[in-house]
Amino acid sequence: MQTYSVSEARSALVNGTTTARSLAKAAINSAEQLNESLNAFLEINREAALRRADEIDGHKQHEAALAGVPIAIKDNICVRGMQTSCGSRILGPYHPPYNATVVERLLTAGSVIIGKTNCDEFAMGSSNENSAFGPVKNPWDVLRVPGGSSGGSAAAVAAGIVPVALGSDTGGSVRQPASLCGVVGLKPTYGRVSRYGLVAFGSALDQVGILTRNAADAAIVLEVIAGRDVYDSTTADVEVTCYLDEIEKDLKGLRLGVSRALLGEGLDDQVRTAVEQAIDAYRNLGAEIVDIDLPHAKYAIAVYYIIATAEASSNLARYDGVRYGFRAEEAPALRQMYRKTRDEGFGAEVKRRIMLGTYVLSAGYYDAYYLKAQKVRTLLRRDFARAFENCDAIITPTAPTPAFRFGEKVDDPLAMYLNDIYTVTANLAGNPGISVPCGLSNEGLPIGLQLLGPNWTEGTLLRLAHAYQTAHPLKAKPRVHA
Amino acid sequence: MPITESDIEKIAELAHLEITPEERHKFAPQIAEILAYVEQLKAIDTSAIEPALGGLTAEGERTNVSRDDEVQPSLGQKLALAEAPDPACGHFRVPKVLS
Repeated sequence: MQTYSVSEARSALVNGTTTARSLAKAAINSAEQLNESLNAFLEINREAALRRADEIDGHKQHEAALAGVPIAIKDNICVRGMQTSCGSRILGPYHPPYNATVVERLLTAGSVIIGKTNCDEFAMGSSNENSAFGPVKNPWDVLRVPGGSSGGSAAAVAAGIVPVALGSDTGGSVRQPASLCGVVGLKPTYGRVSRYGLVAFGSALDQVGILTRNAADAAIVLEVIAGRDVYDSTTADVEVTCYLDEIEKDLKGLRLGVSRALLGEGLDDQVRTAVEQAIDAYRNLGAEIVDIDLPHAKYAIAVYYIIATAEASSNLARYDGVRYGFRAEEAPALRQMYRKTRDEGFGAEVKRRIMLGTYVLSAGYYDAYYLKAQKVRTLLRRDFARAFENCDAIITPTAPTPAFRFGEKVDDPLAMYLNDIYTVTANLAGNPGISVPCGLSNEGLPIGLQLLGPNWTEGTLLRLAHAYQTAHPLKAKPRVHA
Repeated sequence: MPITESDIEKIAELAHLEITPEERHKFAPQIAEILAYVEQLKAIDTSAIEPALGGLTAEGERTNVSRDDEVQPSLGQKLALAEAPDPACGHFRVPKVLS
């Protein structure tokens, strides 16, 4: 199948060279065919998607921003008429009676949701090995992880099944899989996009993010889903601009910050080389490169795994087998029912994080762990504020290595957590970040660069991403492709 | 901070998790390792630093989130109970509370 961008799909619809139905059909067919090798989808809803596509064709809704565009949604975002499992057995799966706000907005803009994508259980993981329904495979090499937690969404876009997928990013769960699968992954500013209908993990960190093959498509989708939502009090009253207009501007006058410390120890040599070449490429495109320092970035993983697990232990207390989802059988009394349900329903990583979070919040430890972490978070925010006095965006690697093999880190949670070393900072500070493919390793695996900007500068990040992709497109295709 | 298997059992109890002896055995050193890693934060002087509770941006803090107290349509009993494992007579039924 020929891959296409969002704007190509729309022009083809407007010109009458295709229909929403044929786009939906092609996406569903390849989703079904490739699921045997990729396991990217937990549900593919042919009937609902085709019905929706017919509606769009029938109403000649072809001018809308996302008319007829097939989209995949991570299985922790509610879509009415489809399941929501969060990659967990404890949800049953759940069939939500309402749409997430982002889903409502995508539908209003004319898109066609074809299914729900696999992910690490409750978005906790960097390899997809924590899904209760088996891991997603990386389309570039099926013996390797796609990254996580939005691995299904990244693989579906990389493999050419859909041009757009939504994910969620609490510590890098959109950007890291984007990097490992060779696609664009955007985490907007905290408060830019509504989380109503996104299953909560770390409420002070979670954002809905966008996975696409190119920055222009991400710009179109962000404009559709961004903005204030009365159902999510954390959404901010900040104007949503036309990101697509913004990305066409050249890079002259933009200052790009580089932290040499972040290109040091622990980084794979091939990733370092690729990112250094990208820095040179940006200089050639007209950006000015300046040195910056984020002295507290080295503490980010420690801060993150206190705050994220503390919030998760609280958010996941709601899964108790009473109102929805799975309930363990044959428990003699309520308390045993709770414990048995949660024992049988949750996987190992979720239990580990709930326990860690419970511990750091427990009496006598709150000040030493949670409060301490929140104070270091303030220091990290100040680091960013200071750095952004001298630059418009910061460039780093997205992940320390290209995609690793299944099983490599599964028994070493701390090693797995360190995958997120470059991405968690933006969740802690609240600012936006984007991962852009910047080359292939010797083994032919994608490498991603990350751009971080001040709050509400998604337009600048997309502009930087677009300029790089235009000058240095990733020409290779994954081995598994529609 | 040494974490023992009995600590793990206590935490699991607090978190309403039933864990097997094998899980206890596996989790204790893993959680101990993660806690040892986060100990590095102790070296940072934060005596004069305010915690970043919440997570909102300055613009988010300024956004007015209050609304008029008006009756709005809601899910209703039928939909709210539709996904319950054991609904009964318009309620969520649970096993007996006192054993």
